[in-house]
Amino acid sequence: MLTVKNLHARIGDREILKGVDLTVKTGEVHAIMGPNGSGKSTLANVLAGREDYEVTDGTVTYEGKNLLEMDPEDRARDGVFLAFQYPVEIPGVNNAYLLKAALNEIRKHRGESELDAMDFMTLVKERMKVLDIDTGLLNRPVNDGFSGGEKKRNEIFQMVVLEPKLAIMDETDSGLDIDALKVVSKGVNTLRSPDCSTIIVTHYQRLLNYIVPDFVHVLFDGRIVKSGDKELALELEEKGYKWIGSDIQAQVGA
Amino acid sequence: MTTQLAARQGTYRATFDQLQQNPGVDAFRALRARGFARFSEVGFPTTRLESWRFTNVSPVTQRQFAIPAPTDLEPSVISAFELNGVEGPQVVCVDGRYSPHLSRVGELPVGVELGSMADLLVTKPKVVAQYLAQLARFDDPAASFTALNTGLLQDGLVVRIPDDTVLETPVHLLFVSTGGNDVMSHPRTLVVAGTNSQVRLVESYTGVSDAAYLTNAVTEVFVGDGAVVDHYKLLRESVEAFHIASMHLSLGRSATFSSNAITLGGAIVRNEVMAELRGEGGECTLNGLYLVDGTRLVDNHTTILHAKPHCDSHELYKGILDNQSRAVFNGKIIVARDAQKTDAKQTNKALLLSEEAQINTKPELEIFADDVKCTHGATIGQLDSDALFYLRSRGLDLEQARDVLIHAFASDVVDRIAITPIREQLDAVLLQQLPASRHASFATA
Repeated sequence: MLTVKNLHARIGDREILKGVDLTVKTGEVHAIMGPNGSGKSTLANVLAGREDYEVTDGTVTYEGKNLLEMDPEDRARDGVFLAFQYPVEIPGVNNAYLLKAALNEIRKHRGESELDAMDFMTLVKERMKVLDIDTGLLNRPVNDGFSGGEKKRNEIFQMVVLEPKLAIMDETDSGLDIDALKVVSKGVNTLRSPDCSTIIVTHYQRLLNYIVPDFVHVLFDGRIVKSGDKELALELEEKGYKWIGSDIQAQVGA
Repeated sequence: MTTQLAARQGTYRATFDQLQQNPGVDAFRALRARGFARFSEVGFPTTRLESWRFTNVSPVTQRQFAIPAPTDLEPSVISAFELNGVEGPQVVCVDGRYSPHLSRVGELPVGVELGSMADLLVTKPKVVAQYLAQLARFDDPAASFTALNTGLLQDGLVVRIPDDTVLETPVHLLFVSTGGNDVMSHPRTLVVAGTNSQVRLVESYTGVSDAAYLTNAVTEVFVGDGAVVDHYKLLRESVEAFHIASMHLSLGRSATFSSNAITLGGAIVRNEVMAELRGEGGECTLNGLYLVDGTRLVDNHTTILHAKPHCDSHELYKGILDNQSRAVFNGKIIVARDAQKTDAKQTNKALLLSEEAQINTKPELEIFADDVKCTHGATIGQLDSDALFYLRSRGLDLEQARDVLIHAFASDVVDRIAITPIREQLDAVLLQQLPASRHASFATA
């Protein structure tokens, strides 16, 4: 579904991604781990289409299309969803309003009929139960006055309603307590299907106990330097990121 | 210079002379003389006056405006400007003249007066004489438009609520200009709310054409002790028109006044509010929302005088500026020496949608008491790029995302409109007005 080849990206003068290679097949869950500054969020944001980052080399193919040439809204309408690390607050824009508008844009794009207010509410209420989210959230302005944990849960709630084909979670677990973590994981796991894929960007292994990945990659200094299965995550937890650093040096030195 | 002044006063002097020469009882005669004398002395305000520094009215002074002959309008012409879904009396003035056939007053509680000032001066002279022109002073050269309005006074509207009376339904004062270029009107409104009375009032100004006409309006509001006046100003003038207005308020003890002013038209608009909190425990709220685009200009000048202790004032003004438009906001707060425990808050926010749009904003605080709370804040900015990206990442395209954020910016002022049908209509008009889906019609949905 997604093929990233030799992706280079920078912000301002600083080059952050220095040749990322990644292949995600439909139905797979990939975890991307790495120390701070390795480029994890950059990768997530570049895939979502944030214009602050400039892609200087490489290609990204999504479902046979050149993703880098697509506007953010076209990526979203084609099923790409980014759960932000720091969701922005938008006072004056109602949560339910945004979600209904977004869902209908996606449905329109897929050639499906748009949902009216009643059908939308039925769908939403059903999803809310799964995530143990208070219905009051619907009428609040987007993320306005939400705690960090509430913002993250709101991201996953949106994801569960929009049912993306490629879900990218940018450090969703940071700042969440165990209960919130379980709820978030439940949401992600209900979406898991042979038709969609997930990329989980995370610093800690903890989330991966609940959302078990098929593949784990380590991003280090702008490149994926090691790949493996869920065992790799456990090894990282045990040995720390410094291990990767010395591992690379050892390879280079050799 | 004097010759030019005289030339500009050409049509105004002619109009004045005609009014003064009219035989018969005319209660406004003396007042007109004073007003016009002052206007002749100072002429129109220039940008050399501090409070008109950013608002150049030469497009007005260069023209010779005249009051049109009385015109009849079909009710269907004004139906687009009525407050659909709102029950209540509606008083209509066409080109500043009270139009009984377009108005509907219905049954009013005992003692409530609603209608022509000229008529009321005959039937109940004391009610009007006691209050008229007591607040709308024009000694200051900056107030020469008020002087002109007073100098050409023929009639106006009076809303009078006696003591202890609550008017349940909102009153709509609708001023319509038949417009044609160089046509002018000088609407004059007097509101007297007695002790412990309550009234909701909507002042609408609009025109039936897209012409460059002049509306020079003066409104005086007396809010009695313990009274509650909830005021709305809906400005839906032609985008070529000039609208200069001043509202003068006096609040008694524990009186409450709130005003929401929505400005959607006008080539040059000046909304001036002068409020005096002359009794303890009064509360004054002034909110405004304005949309400017093209090369239009909207100027909001407010002055709130806290003369007595324990009064609160709140101001929230928000502007959305596009193209090469300009806005001015000047909020003056004066706290007298005895006005301890004053709580004054002023917020002014402008959203600039283009590189060339510009706002000049200045708070002025003159505080002579030492136990007060006065805060003021201004923010001027563009649409938040993080918010735009967030909305696009959910599937809204750039235009849709911009519309959503612009609407969100306006919404906290719109949400303060307590009269539901007005709020909903305004919401619909705003959505039509937004940059992405602009069109010239101001007719409500």
